[in-house]
Amino acid sequence: MIEALLQLLLNGAASGGVYALVALGYTLVFSVLGVINFAQGALFSVGGYLTFLLMGGKIGVNGALPGWGLPGGLPFWLALLLAAVGSGLVGLLVERVAFAPLRRRNAEPLLALITSLGAGVVLVNLLQLLMGAEGYAFPHGADALGGLPDALVIAGARIRTIQLLLLLISAAAVLALSLWLERSKGGRALRAVAEDATTAQLLGINSEAMVRLAFVLSGALAGLGGGLIGVSVSLPGPYFGIGYGLKGLAVLVLGGLGSVPGAIAGGLLMGLAEALVPSAASGWRDALAFAILFAVLLLRPSGLLGRRTVEKV
Amino acid sequence: MIDNGLLVQMLLGALLGLSVYLPLAAGQLSLATPAFYAVGGTLAALLSTRWSALGATAAGTLPLGSLVLELVLGGLLAGLLALLVGRLVLRLQGIYLAIATIALVEIVRVAILNLPFTGGAVGIFAIPQPFATAAGYLLPALALLALAGWVCQRLELMPLGRAMAAIRDDELAARCMGIDTTQVKLTAFVLSAVLAGSTGALAAHFLNTWNARQGSFDASITTLAFVILGGSRTWLGPVVGGLLLTALPELLRPVGDVRLVLFGLVILLGPVLAPQGLITPALLERLGGWSLNRSASRTTEEAQP
Repeated sequence: MIEALLQLLLNGAASGGVYALVALGYTLVFSVLGVINFAQGALFSVGGYLTFLLMGGKIGVNGALPGWGLPGGLPFWLALLLAAVGSGLVGLLVERVAFAPLRRRNAEPLLALITSLGAGVVLVNLLQLLMGAEGYAFPHGADALGGLPDALVIAGARIRTIQLLLLLISAAAVLALSLWLERSKGGRALRAVAEDATTAQLLGINSEAMVRLAFVLSGALAGLGGGLIGVSVSLPGPYFGIGYGLKGLAVLVLGGLGSVPGAIAGGLLMGLAEALVPSAASGWRDALAFAILFAVLLLRPSGLLGRRTVEKV
Repeated sequence: MIDNGLLVQMLLGALLGLSVYLPLAAGQLSLATPAFYAVGGTLAALLSTRWSALGATAAGTLPLGSLVLELVLGGLLAGLLALLVGRLVLRLQGIYLAIATIALVEIVRVAILNLPFTGGAVGIFAIPQPFATAAGYLLPALALLALAGWVCQRLELMPLGRAMAAIRDDELAARCMGIDTTQVKLTAFVLSAVLAGSTGALAAHFLNTWNARQGSFDASITTLAFVILGGSRTWLGPVVGGLLLTALPELLRPVGDVRLVLFGLVILLGPVLAPQGLITPALLERLGGWSLNRSASRTTEEAQP
């Protein structure tokens, strides 16, 4: 009983950690530009597939180059890190193509919803062209996790190592990002741009560079999430990131748009709530996030930890 | 290249474009259209397969009157849902409203997927056909589009339409002028839902099968793209956007798997190249001026030194 509960809570916290990663990615972009990057879900997919390829996975029969793969696989850690960097660079590309041209023309922010989603559609379908629509499973066993055993026994409970890693890695990423935002010079500059881009520019901060940095970090967070979920579950197809992107959106609003602690708390809350849905009603699990979101939006539109904003006239 | 089946799909796309346009004309970014479309379609699919009074035969045909009844009922049910949900979500603004309506779409999708009577992932199939061929659907689709277009055109002259435009330009100012903004926004939202519900009811018969995938987040953004690329300032914009963007993936079919990449590129580059959309009020004025007042404008031009 205790074992089952512990397993349940760990599963919840682990997927909650991934939701928090995605939501933090949205938060970074939202705080500097005030818009939502709908390509976030596609970047999640990109991260999953990059991790797979870097670990030495081969392209399936429906892909563009059947049977092709990188010579020799990298260890799990390195593949995940490089995939995050790669997704960050793709995130930068999305900014250049979908956001920068609109910003230069002072276009309506609404248009960025469409262009970023267009970028997402392009990315997902390019993935499909390259890798095919089939699912990919990561190799399991000792070598997949760099020598760690597949499962650990903690306090009498058997726990999958990857779930623990999922939680630890996302916690480490979130912690590092929060510390960086809070303490470092670059983090302060980013927050200054988020507060007021014009004033930040006057103070000698390169606002444009900070926007680009936000997109790189945001893409890297999504890619990290995609890689972790891929290793832990599998890659069911190029569209798999879109669902996580939507959940991340729910978490984002749950925690409050633009709030870093809110994104973390919202992610954990959402993951735990989903884990506690009984398996008999598992079909309804996907609606839970949005039902909670709906309730929160109506009771407290600024989110759980968001700041109330008053429109000045 | 464009057969009757694709023409019907294009008309359905235009109808969905108008459904997204209506709340947007009152300044409300609602992405809820696919939810109401799914509700209308599911109702029509259930009624015509389960309710024998509608007169569906074993051969899979359906009297025309039953189709009309279903269009009305589908619209009514969607409108009722919008009335309930709208009171709550229309208090939200901008991106919050957009996300709340995405949440509604997802909740409706998961509900249709899991309810015991909607057929699960497979959905409801062998929906009776009021027409023997795809061409038969052209008439009701055109009639629905003509009705919706007429309403949108009339709105521009009516107090309701003027109030919607005022809210779009400045909600606070509109409220100060004595406009009941809540009521106007709710009316636009319900009109949008009724249109989407009826469109769904027609689509369910046309498509023959109906499942939860009909109303998803993808559809939210695709239908929004109809409006943004077509032009959101006049009702003709969403119609043109819906017709073109529904046809595009089919017309691109010869290029194979690259077509969805190209479709994404159109959505990505469209707003950059034409931020106002294809059909703008200025364009319509120019076209109208050209056809109606050609001689008059020529004389004024000649009169100028």
